[in-house]
Amino acid sequence: MDHVFFPAFSRVAISGGTHGNELSGVHIVREMQKHNVNQMGSLSVCPILSNPRSIEVCRRYIDTDLNRCFTDALLSTPLTDSSSCELRRAHELNALLGPKGSDRAMDLVCDLHNTTSNMGLCFIIDFLDWILLHMVKYVQIKMPTAPIRVINTNVASKSLSYSVDSVAKHGFAIEVGPQPHGVLRADIYNMMKEAVDHTLDWLNKFNAGTTFEGDKVEVFVWEKSVDYPRDPETSQLTAVIHPKLQDNDFKLLQHGNPIFKTFTGETVNYEGEDLYPFFINECAYYEKRIAFHLAKKETIAFPPISVKKE
Amino acid sequence: MPANVFLGACLPKLSRVAVCGGTHGNELSGVYLIKELMKRRREADDEEQPILVLSNPRAAQQCLRYIEVDLNRCFSHDALNAPLSDSAPYEVIRSREINAVLGPKGSADSVDFICDLHNTTANMGLCFISCSDSDWISLHIFKYLQLCIPDIPMRYLHFDLSHDEAYSLDSVGKHGFAMEVGPQPHGVVRSNVYTTMKTALELVLHWIRLFNCGTVFEGGPVDVFTLVKHVDYPRDCSTHDIVAAIHPLLQDKDFCLLNPGDPVFQTFSGETITYNGSESLYPFFINECAYYEKGIAFSLSRKSRVNVPSLRANRDQSR
Repeated sequence: MDHVFFPAFSRVAISGGTHGNELSGVHIVREMQKHNVNQMGSLSVCPILSNPRSIEVCRRYIDTDLNRCFTDALLSTPLTDSSSCELRRAHELNALLGPKGSDRAMDLVCDLHNTTSNMGLCFIIDFLDWILLHMVKYVQIKMPTAPIRVINTNVASKSLSYSVDSVAKHGFAIEVGPQPHGVLRADIYNMMKEAVDHTLDWLNKFNAGTTFEGDKVEVFVWEKSVDYPRDPETSQLTAVIHPKLQDNDFKLLQHGNPIFKTFTGETVNYEGEDLYPFFINECAYYEKRIAFHLAKKETIAFPPISVKKE
Repeated sequence: MPANVFLGACLPKLSRVAVCGGTHGNELSGVYLIKELMKRRREADDEEQPILVLSNPRAAQQCLRYIEVDLNRCFSHDALNAPLSDSAPYEVIRSREINAVLGPKGSADSVDFICDLHNTTANMGLCFISCSDSDWISLHIFKYLQLCIPDIPMRYLHFDLSHDEAYSLDSVGKHGFAMEVGPQPHGVVRSNVYTTMKTALELVLHWIRLFNCGTVFEGGPVDVFTLVKHVDYPRDCSTHDIVAAIHPLLQDKDFCLLNPGDPVFQTFSGETITYNGSESLYPFFINECAYYEKGIAFSLSRKSRVNVPSLRANRDQSR
């Protein structure tokens, strides 16, 4: 593959508390703010707490999920008196970190999340972005024993990207689990902090002129999601994730494997194409009608890159 | 002495029994177990079963611990008898409703036994939590469960409070305990945790049936963990935000002896803070989500052995 050149990174944001009860990111950003971190090497760094009101009450959100508010359509709709707290905040964040799609937007936004699922450390990207794939590879090499994976949400277009990191020229989320919402685990905090530090290191090395050789990386590409079995009248759950699926994120799920166990003890089996499950039993997804997501695994080759010299 | 004199304890039969779930609306094993039991009762039309209570329906509906105040702190004698203002929080009003149905606490009309179902984010396995270390009913039920499900790690926790001072829902009955199962994130149902709670509850109810039928339960020793104190997170003096997390070497080590000098916290800048108490104690509720706001990082207990006498139901009862 041909060598690709990218402009240097000058402005990057690290956002935490996009969901107010996902505590690793809240405390990583607070720590950065406490130490007045605003410059790291060649990078101007903006640590930001995305949803302060929900952090205050340790809830995912006040009115609506902030991390679904950043589509072009929602960002361009004028606010009214009845606009949700989060939509207002999304407009503010778009002004601060964006505007999305413009030249003034942050070069990079890294948005920090936790999950109750046993997913280890995941880089979640909306598109195949050579910068991000190189960054992931670098972090994987620096943290060889950590369970690090890449998820491509496979969203149809940049304008439909709904997450806060989509505001930047290059955006991604770091998702670490398992951690209960509202709980801070030291091991999870340490893993996330180390990944953030290596990410910023990589950006500085890139800016300094390092050539990063081409390579390949395994990527889990979102295919579909599966809901819980529910009572048709009440919509209440009638089954939970089967013990054989629980905590087995990224282990191949095959046709006939157990996926749910009803409250009366019966097993429900998976029917469909062999795929890789993730976000298995994520607390916040019960209301979104997602018991787990399924992905295809692909190996993506990426080209050598270096900074475009002026 | 005649050979057939019973030297153990005799207690009245447990005629009225209640099972409560969803006292905290986001502790989902209990919420779903109560709903499942209620559904089965509607289908079977069977009256001969325990009273079932979904304690905090509004909180369960919104999957929150509580709406205004923690329901499971509303049941002390003083709290239940204080005048009720117009602006009383939802949970205070609800506690009076529950006390009317299952109590009144302290009176002869209160139910004989309450089992209140809870989950914790702490790695505590199955725990019975009681305000008494001499409630032979609860202790015998615990012994029975240990015998029937020996593979499940279980402990008996004692909070040393008088019956009047006890503030939890299970104290409304003459006997009772909270049954706590973890670890499970709040708002999540884990199948293995649900199954543990369901199995344990079935055994509790089975023991009660055996007891009421006249079974003699042989006494023996039971290890009891009695609360000594709570330890809070190190906090920033001005903002009150936590400045450290439970140390990785303490995380998930509920009921593993904590010695003076052992690591307990790790600050955000990576330093270790050690336990500076003088006595080795047993930690529990390590990193329970709901306790951050109560100023509890973990609790500490002393282990003691209680000799539980043999037990059977009173034979000469009208009810």
